[in-house]
Amino acid sequence: MRVKVNGKEYELPENLTVLQMLNFFKINHNFVAVERNKEIVSRKDWENVKVCDGDVFEIVTFVGGG
Amino acid sequence: MSEDYLVIGDKKFKSRLFVGTGKYSTPELMLGAIEASGAEVVTVALRRMNIEGQQRTILDYLAEINCTILPNTAGCYTAEEAIRTARLARELGLSNMVKLEVIGDQKTLFPDNEALLEAARVLVKEGFIVLPYTNDDPVMAKKLEDIGCAAVMPLGAPIGSGLGIRNPYNIRIILETVRVPVIVDAGVGTASDASFAMELGCAGVLMNTGIAGAKDPIKMAKAMRLAVEAGRLAYLAGRIPKKLYASASSPMDNLIE
Repeated sequence: MRVKVNGKEYELPENLTVLQMLNFFKINHNFVAVERNKEIVSRKDWENVKVCDGDVFEIVTFVGGG
Repeated sequence: MSEDYLVIGDKKFKSRLFVGTGKYSTPELMLGAIEASGAEVVTVALRRMNIEGQQRTILDYLAEINCTILPNTAGCYTAEEAIRTARLARELGLSNMVKLEVIGDQKTLFPDNEALLEAARVLVKEGFIVLPYTNDDPVMAKKLEDIGCAAVMPLGAPIGSGLGIRNPYNIRIILETVRVPVIVDAGVGTASDASFAMELGCAGVLMNTGIAGAKDPIKMAKAMRLAVEAGRLAYLAGRIPKKLYASASSPMDNLIE
């Protein structure tokens, strides 16, 4: 399936949860927040929420700022 | 001074200097400057993670020091964007405080007051501790207080400009108008600017470029720490009134003849 993550299209294996997707990208879980189709997916729901074809994700963290 | 704390929402701080984490050439320099500043509150911005080339995030570095994270909504030009950013920042699980910025103009980075108020209203209702970056406008400051903001943060001058406190009279009126802490945010260029803000009676000062952009950020961070402390002490001590003519400091009697 194809999903958009942080503005870029990716081909992912079928039947992934959000947590599995984060693992697929080898993302350090500690310091990220996830938004799926403009709705936040809480950390506690990462292992339940399925990734669907056409989903748009934003995976964010903190950077230096004033 | 030992009991002179800055209280914001349910949090209590000894240091009245808030510092940003942007514009540093290395994370080590940033950490050194934060440490030298004595700041307990540190601002960060929310951005997309680089999911292809994993690097340490700023939080990996900030974990090395004991500080309260204050996420900002920098770069947001609408209330919707700012609300969305604040919610994501809270989702990171480190802070329910937000330095709320809704920018109205790219060149000056002045706030869009209408959108700021709208976003603040929503976020206060959602339980955020909202610290809005606003103009040095007493009417706006009062409105932000009335809707439940935990502090107001008027700009001293445009962000990154280093022009200092351009309208101290407005800051004074804001201080007389609201009860929540008034924190000067933006415009501080050097130590005397920070002292001046504190001498006016501000509860704190927030700065980023003033330290990060200095030739020696660590030295400037220390200067700012001392300046904020000095300004606070001078405010608490109560300065003498300004007078046009002299009044001698030495006794005028028993002069030799």
